[in-house]
Amino acid sequence: MTDSQTVTSGAITAADGTPLKKKLAQALFRSRVRAVSLVVPLFAFVMASFVIPIFALMWQGVYNDRFSTYTPNLTEQLTAWDGLAEPGEALFAALVSDLKTARKDRTIGRIATRVNQEYPGTRSLFTSTARKAKKLRAPFKESVIKTNKKWANIEIWRAMKLTSQDLTPSFYATALDGRYTVDKGFVAQNENRQIYVKLFWRTLLISASVMGLCLLLGYPVAYLLATLPLRTSNLLMIMVLLPFWTSLLVRTTAWIAILQSQGVINDLMVAVGITADDSRFSLIYNMTGTIIAMTHILLPFMILPLYSVMKTIPPSYMRAARSLGATPTAAFIRVYAPQTIPGIGAGGLLVFILAIGYYITPALVGGQDGQLISNMIAYHMQKSLNWSLAAALGGILLAGVLLLYWIYDRVIGIDNMKLG
Amino acid sequence: MAKLPPYTSTGEYIWHYIYRGICGLIFLFLILPILIVLPLSFNVEPYFSFTSGMLNFDPKAFSLRWYEDIFRNGMASPDTPFGWSWLSDTWNNGQWIRAIRNSFFIGVCATLLSTALGTLAAIGLSRSEMPYRRLIMSILISPMIVPLVITAAGMFFFYSKIHLSQTYLGVIMAHAVLGTPFVIITVTATLVGFDKSLVRASQSLGAGALTTFRKVQMPLIIPGVISGGLFAFITSFDEVVAVLFLASPEQRTIPRQMWSGIREQISPTILAVATLLVILSIILLTVLELLRRRSERLRGITNS
Repeated sequence: MTDSQTVTSGAITAADGTPLKKKLAQALFRSRVRAVSLVVPLFAFVMASFVIPIFALMWQGVYNDRFSTYTPNLTEQLTAWDGLAEPGEALFAALVSDLKTARKDRTIGRIATRVNQEYPGTRSLFTSTARKAKKLRAPFKESVIKTNKKWANIEIWRAMKLTSQDLTPSFYATALDGRYTVDKGFVAQNENRQIYVKLFWRTLLISASVMGLCLLLGYPVAYLLATLPLRTSNLLMIMVLLPFWTSLLVRTTAWIAILQSQGVINDLMVAVGITADDSRFSLIYNMTGTIIAMTHILLPFMILPLYSVMKTIPPSYMRAARSLGATPTAAFIRVYAPQTIPGIGAGGLLVFILAIGYYITPALVGGQDGQLISNMIAYHMQKSLNWSLAAALGGILLAGVLLLYWIYDRVIGIDNMKLG
Repeated sequence: MAKLPPYTSTGEYIWHYIYRGICGLIFLFLILPILIVLPLSFNVEPYFSFTSGMLNFDPKAFSLRWYEDIFRNGMASPDTPFGWSWLSDTWNNGQWIRAIRNSFFIGVCATLLSTALGTLAAIGLSRSEMPYRRLIMSILISPMIVPLVITAAGMFFFYSKIHLSQTYLGVIMAHAVLGTPFVIITVTATLVGFDKSLVRASQSLGAGALTTFRKVQMPLIIPGVISGGLFAFITSFDEVVAVLFLASPEQRTIPRQMWSGIREQISPTILAVATLLVILSIILLTVLELLRRRSERLRGITNS
């Protein structure tokens, strides 16, 4: 059989005389090109409007040329300086000349802000010295220190050396509650300045509790939907899908109306007599509010994958377990529940991934202690305008999310993602 | 409701009803917050809670003033009598009306873009010849997974550089990207059950690639395409983070307007808008359900 094939394979030709093997390869290549050309438009679009912007943001987290752009002389001197010896006359001279130009070009604010990010509390030092820079005469070291004694502090010069480097790890160091220093490398930040790691932990904690609550509430409902006759379950499914299709802001608004201190629940509590009028529960603008609202919003994302897995489990398995003498509880725990694990994994991971990057709901109902890391990123983007720090925080968050996404794809496969 | 088998013990009977009760409570948790905004939006007082008059069904406690406010808010002269000038005033100056117009314009454009590109890509991705299928698929789905703040911040930097921020085009592109994963997922799901021999049959009967697509493939996957499009539309219609970062006041959408409404001056106008949005989502849900039934009928799956 094999022999005859190898003998004749060279002989078989298509209608136009080309060998069949070649013809087949051509046809395969053509269909491959066709498949790729269908995907290319969207791929290019996603690259241009989504992937490249994210790379642009990530680049911001490690690259910041604001200082070196506006202080060319000083940057040159700082690069030559080793960061250990006392700063010499050349450095001070470069400082004065750059401060003079910066004052004239009105760029001094940007320089001061940038150094202030690296070494807090130095903003006014720069602006005030720049005002006097015109009158300063050589020897510059003496005259600069005379205007403000802080210039004798080597730490300020070290901070400036760091800011003069365009490619810098310091934003990631800050995002992890540390500092990058010239002489000692990475050091931990003072205890009372450590906020970001705590915030990352809180984000994980809130996401995990939302995931747990979603599983707790979603599992019974998904089981009910999967075991009821299709007509009834389709009707009940509307109750799951309607929230899923309703605007996020509508649902958040609704929770504000329900949970606020003059809201529905508190009014009900007062009317029934559970609590006094002057000691209403604070259910919103704190972590409780965030968790309740996020659980409600993400619950359909847990129910839908659970339901689609439970739908495929034949009910006869449970009956078989019962007929073999298992109690209902044992049958459920040992026969039914293990088969729903793929659904639990899919729903749980999806809820966790979505929860970890949540921004809108915590911003509106979170108050002080219900804020997540996304809110901090938005704060640095819009309020403090420390874009590089926002990018560094975003980089850490993105790395975590992509890791979870990779696990999701490995374990469940994105092809199996279902909606509605 | 399913009948319980005759061998059910008393304990199981009790548990069965307790379980039903628990599920009922969870359904209430899901649906009540959405339904509660409906009566509250008719409140005559500017509060977010039920007044005693509302609870007693006193007609005086209900009003349509917040619905009127949707039109009046931002008008140059809100006191002019109803007529053409009133209509043109609210159409041009009404803050909410502007937001509604923007939302529909941006939503429709983004939906068309993402549905067209997404459907083509899903067809390409469902072919077994597609190289690096898994990797490309995961890149194309990622806009759904990456936290919106990161996406929006990245777009803010990049679109500012190419002068797209604060323009309609920029917002439409952002929303189209965020909508494509839904189109890909739904269309791929319809294509999974697609019989490849239909394409071959059509080709063997002499139809070209385009005719095959138009006459054979498209009618069968159209429910998936439309439901993907609806998903893309609602994604754009509901999106606020990208708008917060990318849009100027000129491009304010409904969610953006609600966002500032919640943060700055809480007024029940938001609840009136919310009620309208709930009605919109009920309509979309109905369309989707009808499509699902049609698709099941076409594939020969009968509804038991």
